[in-house]
Amino acid sequence: MVVLSQKSASLLHMEVLEGSRAVAEVVKRCRPHVISAYPITPQTHIVENLAQMVADGELASEFVNVESEHSAASVCLGAAATGARTYTATSSQGLALMSEVLYNIAGLRLPVVLTCANRTLSAPLSIWNDHQDSLMVRDAGVIQLFAEDCQEAADMHIQAYKLAEDHRVLLPVMVAMDGFILTHTFEPVTIPTQEEVDAFLPPYQPLHYLTPKAPLSMGTWCEPDKFLEVKYMMHQAMEVALTLIPQIAEDFRRHFGRYSGGLIEEYRMDDAQTAFVAMGSLVTTIKDTVDELREEGHRVGLVKIRAYRPFPTQAVARALEGVERVAVIEKAISIGGVGILAADIKSALYGRERPMVGTFIAGLGGRDVTKDSLRWIMERLEEGATLQEFVDLNLSLIGDDEG
Amino acid sequence: MNTPLDRAEPLIAPGHSACVGCGEVLGARLCLDAAGKDVIVTGATGCLEITTSRYPESSWRVPWIHSLFENTAAVAAGIEAALKALGRQDEAKVIAHGGDGATADIGLQALSGMLERGHDVLYICFDNEAYMNTGVQRSSLTPVGARTMTTPPGRQSWGEVIPKKNMPAIVAAHGVPYVAVASVGYPQDLQKKMKKALAVRGPKYLQVHVPCPLGWAFDTSLTIKLAQLAVQTALYPLYELENGTVTEVRKVGRRLPVEEYLKPQGRFRHLLRPGAEKELALIQALADANAQRFGYPPLSSVTVNK
Repeated sequence: MVVLSQKSASLLHMEVLEGSRAVAEVVKRCRPHVISAYPITPQTHIVENLAQMVADGELASEFVNVESEHSAASVCLGAAATGARTYTATSSQGLALMSEVLYNIAGLRLPVVLTCANRTLSAPLSIWNDHQDSLMVRDAGVIQLFAEDCQEAADMHIQAYKLAEDHRVLLPVMVAMDGFILTHTFEPVTIPTQEEVDAFLPPYQPLHYLTPKAPLSMGTWCEPDKFLEVKYMMHQAMEVALTLIPQIAEDFRRHFGRYSGGLIEEYRMDDAQTAFVAMGSLVTTIKDTVDELREEGHRVGLVKIRAYRPFPTQAVARALEGVERVAVIEKAISIGGVGILAADIKSALYGRERPMVGTFIAGLGGRDVTKDSLRWIMERLEEGATLQEFVDLNLSLIGDDEG
Repeated sequence: MNTPLDRAEPLIAPGHSACVGCGEVLGARLCLDAAGKDVIVTGATGCLEITTSRYPESSWRVPWIHSLFENTAAVAAGIEAALKALGRQDEAKVIAHGGDGATADIGLQALSGMLERGHDVLYICFDNEAYMNTGVQRSSLTPVGARTMTTPPGRQSWGEVIPKKNMPAIVAAHGVPYVAVASVGYPQDLQKKMKKALAVRGPKYLQVHVPCPLGWAFDTSLTIKLAQLAVQTALYPLYELENGTVTEVRKVGRRLPVEEYLKPQGRFRHLLRPGAEKELALIQALADANAQRFGYPPLSSVTVNK
């Protein structure tokens, strides 16, 4: 249902678009000077759309078709260092190959914006969705924003440039959107006009850039007496991003009539005794399940993590205050460890009145997480779930159903 | 020798931490001075990067960026694409530099991509024939017979057994308009090739032979002499490839036997002991093949004193 109280102008632009197309449409309106990418499923539709826009003369970007994701990120690095606004997109193995460069881009404080069409990592080879790829570069100094639906994914890219290019931040921003579930799904999406985006997002003003008019050296090495301070400054920039993300979302709301950002979203948390915590498109299924469980009399809610790095420790702690049980649903796994997202949640709750926090590994390699899965999680949690549970695990597949 | 080394302000400033007798920093300085200040330079991880860019100091009097080991050609492509997109393409020539390992091994894929796409970038490979920055390990440009820390001579080994990868041919196979091989032993020839390369639009490749006193184990006063001997023995012929065809070969007055080049270097010392005749003959055969290909005069039987 369309809420008519929202800015009516934006309704005029609502179309049913594939998620990838929606992202390409907004990236186009952000006017990147240089786009560089290497194909990988399920990222391809995004860059194919952008390539067509360049081919049709709708988008005046240099589109560099590189020979690997390592080079895609490196082209963006060189271009950003020269003062250009840049864009790339990747997924899975591609992000793994890019990871070395992403650390470097972050350390060089270059505001590259990229999309990660979230897909798991091999082996076994799988092209389907989970969050293993994004979480692999958790500590790189890349801001990570997770989208719930195609509209949010599109809107986040516009906000991503504003955030990345703020001189108090100057870090790369990655918009994470679930591969296939969002990239290949058609949804009603409002695409802002070029004028609207131009009014919100000014041209990129680099703080420093490579030019013979004012020679400078970038990427010099440093000794142990200086390294920590560089990392500290990156961390400080992440802290600034923590305050800027909600501000930019408010600013976005003023311009576009939608709130499509922020650090977290609380859903029916008012008197919740049990809370789900999750990221990405799974959140929509959880919202429906929460509605049903509420109707059955369960006091249950949801905390959606939108900003994963910087991690909104304070906001999460506030949102979970007074809750008795928390189910963190992980679309990634730390083999031999316990819950990647859950570790952040538990850390946010440290030193407070703590609820019981259960870690639920679910949806790996594209397996559907259904309402039934979520109900099972809820039951396990109420029974007092063990430290880490595997949702919908089929032990008969590995001949372990006897024991 | 009369070379333009006495320029008032070289574009690579003194005060860098390269070894005494370093051929690479000398080569870089000659290249950059020939290019002039309207350039943007990107360099791979390696000795040249380390010795010129310890924060908060830098020897680079031109805009310069170091990113990683293997992505220099891609970073250069990004710089070039940005200049184009921003309408600043007349502002600067884009130059990328890497050592032999960064170029022929770990960065070969990114280099191939940059060349194939036709970016207006000059890529310079400073070839000192091993991974010197990590302590002298072999690369695919290490010559046959050389001792490195990972190709040590032993009871069953005479050092490196694989011939140098033919990088100029690999680059030329991409359809690159200008490829040249130069040497710090011939500074004017080197600078002439730099200027010629930069006048060409599109990708171009310059490979510069730069002796390394530490890695090759020779007296630091012999850098230029050894660079010249490599050319005079036909182990490192200097030539130009324009659109894939050899158009110019540096003439040598007299062609010398390879021992003249090998003798002063510790990395080949094991080849000059009795029992290594076969290996020595193999190296001479490689030189002979080069000599034939590039039209060198017949081998001089007279050993020339230094």
